[in-house]
Amino acid sequence: MFRDAWAILVKDLRIELRTRVGLWQVLPFAAISLILFSFALGPKASTLAHGAAGMTWVGVLFATFLVVGRSQSLEMGTGVSEAQRLAGVDPAGMFLGKAAAVFVQLLAIEALLGLGAKLLLHMPIERLWLLVASSVLATIGLAAVGTLYGAIVAGARARETLLPMLVLPVLVPVLISAVKCWQAASVSKGLAIGEWLSILATFAVVYLAAGIILYGQVQESQ
Amino acid sequence: MKMSQDLRQNIPPSDLAFNFVDVVALDGQFPVLAGATLCGAKGTLTAVIGGNGAGKTSLLRTLAGLNATSRGTAQVLGCDLNLGGGQLVGRVGLFGHNTGLYDELSPRDNLRFLAKVTRNSKRAVDEALAAVDLNSRVASTPLSRLSAGQRRRAGLSAMVLRSPELWLLDEPHASLDPAAKVLVDHLVAGALRAGSTVVLTSHEPELAFFMADQVAEMAGGVVTKITRGQGGISDVS
Amino acid sequence: MKRYGLTLTGALAAVTLALTAIFGILITPPDVTQKEYARFLYLHPPMAWVAYLAFGVAALSSILYLWPRTRRAYFDHLALAAVESGVLFTGLVLVTGSMWAEPVWGTYWVWDARLTATALMFVMFLGYLALRRMGGTTEQIARRAAIVALISSINVPLVHFSVLWWNTLHQGPSVLTPGLSSQGVHGAMAWTMLLSFVAFTSLFVWMVGRRIRLEQLRSGVGNDALNDAIAARLAEGDVVEVSA
Repeated sequence: MFRDAWAILVKDLRIELRTRVGLWQVLPFAAISLILFSFALGPKASTLAHGAAGMTWVGVLFATFLVVGRSQSLEMGTGVSEAQRLAGVDPAGMFLGKAAAVFVQLLAIEALLGLGAKLLLHMPIERLWLLVASSVLATIGLAAVGTLYGAIVAGARARETLLPMLVLPVLVPVLISAVKCWQAASVSKGLAIGEWLSILATFAVVYLAAGIILYGQVQESQ
Repeated sequence: MKMSQDLRQNIPPSDLAFNFVDVVALDGQFPVLAGATLCGAKGTLTAVIGGNGAGKTSLLRTLAGLNATSRGTAQVLGCDLNLGGGQLVGRVGLFGHNTGLYDELSPRDNLRFLAKVTRNSKRAVDEALAAVDLNSRVASTPLSRLSAGQRRRAGLSAMVLRSPELWLLDEPHASLDPAAKVLVDHLVAGALRAGSTVVLTSHEPELAFFMADQVAEMAGGVVTKITRGQGGISDVS
Repeated sequence: MKRYGLTLTGALAAVTLALTAIFGILITPPDVTQKEYARFLYLHPPMAWVAYLAFGVAALSSILYLWPRTRRAYFDHLALAAVESGVLFTGLVLVTGSMWAEPVWGTYWVWDARLTATALMFVMFLGYLALRRMGGTTEQIARRAAIVALISSINVPLVHFSVLWWNTLHQGPSVLTPGLSSQGVHGAMAWTMLLSFVAFTSLFVWMVGRRIRLEQLRSGVGNDALNDAIAARLAEGDVVEVSA
C-alpha cells in the first residue's frame, strides 16, 4: 500500500513540476480571491485583520477544487485508470498517493496565502506552531475528502459543478475549525484551541480511513 | 460455435486460459456482447476478426474484466468474471488504441512508475524500452509530443515490462510502419514462448489465418465461426 | 402478503394523520406562552424524527449494498427511497421550524448546532440525488451513491459538534428559547404528539415501500429491455440464431 502510494505521489508531483498547472493557474486564482475578499471587506485595517483567517480558508477551499480536479484529470486520460487497475495498483495506495500529492500542493498554497494574509491583510501571527499544526491537520482532511469525492464524480457528467455541491457541506467542520485555530494563533493566549484541533484530527482520521477502505469500490464505479 | 465445443472437449479445463459460454456483457444498457462463446488454451494465439462494431474490442475488454458480464459463463485464468473482474488484477494486459500511459510523462518515466507499482526493477525498464526500439531521446520525451507510432511502441513496452499471463492486443498492427509490425510479431512470439496466452484482433483475415492457432469471426456481438489457423507465429524467431 | 401489509400501513398513515389534524387543531388547547404556535409540536418534531430516521436507514442500507456479501439491488432501492423521503421531510422540517421560530424566537433562523447540521444534511443529500442523475450504468450509480450516502452520514456528527462549539464558544447563546408553559405538557397534547409520531412514521414507511416497488418495476422493465437489446444486437450482425 505505502509503496504504491509513494510511487503515485512521486509521479503526480513529477507531472506537476513538469506542467506547472498549479503554479500558473491555482496559485494566481487563490491570490486573486484573497485580493477580492479584501476589496469586499476593506479598506479598514482592523476589519481586514479580523476577517483574514476566514478569507484565507475560503480561498483554500476554492483552490482545493482546482487541485483535486487537476489531480483526477491526470487519471482520466484515455485508458489510464484501466491500465492502472489491470496493472494491479493497490486502490488504497492510489488513494493515499493522490491525497498526499494534493496535500503537498495545498500546503504550499496555504503557506503563500498565509503570507499574503500577514502582509496584505495585516493578520498578526503570535503562535506560529499553532498556525502550522492546524494547517497540516486541516489539509490532511481537505486532501482526503477532495480525493475521495473527486474520484467518485470522475466518471459522472457535469463533475465540475457536482464536486463543489457534494464537498462544500462536508468541509464545513474543517473550515470552522481551521479558521478558529488561525484566529487563536493571532493572539498569544486566551482563545480555546483544544476542541478545534481535535475536530481537525478526527476529521482527518475519519476520512483517511474512509478513503483507504472505499477507494477500491470508488474505482470500480468509474 | 460447433468448433469451439469440439476444441473444448479436447482440452482439460485447467489448460484453458479463458472459457466464454454465451456471455452477455453490457456497456451501459447496450449489450456489446450478446451471447459470445469462445475458449482458448494456455500458450496459444487466438485472432479475432470481423467488421467494425462486431464486438471485437468488447470481447477483449470483457476478457480483461473491464466490462461487467451479466449472463453466461465467463472464466479467465481460473477466475469467474461473474464475481467481478477484481481477481484478475495484475495478470492481464490490454494494449489498444489508448496507450494507458500518462501523456505528461516520458515513456521512461511512465515505465519507471509502472515498474514501481508492479515490483519490477529499473533494469527491466531499460530492457523493455530496448525491446521496442525506443532510443533514449524518444524515451525521455513526454508522450504528448511523440508521434502515433512512437506512442504505440511506448504502449507495447509497458506490455513487455509487465509480461502478463494473458495478452490482449486490439489491432496491434494499426498505424505502425513495416518494421514495427515485424516487431509486434516478435513480441507476440516471445510472449507465447514464455507461456503467455495471446488474443488479438485484426482486420487482415489472411494474416490472421496464417499466424494464429485459431481464428474467431465475430458479428453482432457474438462469435459466428471458429476456424483452426496455421499457427505460423511459432516460426517467428 | 407483503403488499397487503404495505396497503395496511398506508391506511394506518391516512387515519392517524387525519386524527392528528383533528386533535391538533380542534381538541388540544393552545399553550400559555406559545399560544397557537404550540400546534407546530404535532408537525415539526415528528417530521424531524422521520428525516433523521430516513438518513439513518439510507446509511445502513448503503453499507449493506457496499458489503459484497449483502449486495442486493434491493438495498440500493431502499437507500434511494429513504433519501428521497428524507430530503422531502428535511425540507419541511426547515420550513416549519422557520415558521414557528419567527413569532416565538423573533427570527427565522439561528446558527444553532441542530439547525445548521440539519440544513447541511439537506444540502448533502440533495447532492446525493443530483449525483444519481449524472449518468453511468445502474451498477455504477448505485455504488457511487452508496459511497456518498455513507461518507455524508459520517459527517453529520462532525458538523454538529463543530457548529455547536463554533456558536457557544464564540458569541454564547444569543437567543432566549422560551419552552412550553411550566405546567408541563397537557395530557391531550402528549397524546396528540405521540399520535403524530405514529402518523408520520407510518407515512414514511408507506412512501418508502411504494418507492421501492416503483424502482423494482423499473428494473424489471430493464430485464425485458435487455432481451430486446440482445436481439437487436444480434440482428446488427445478421446473426439468425445462437446455439449454445
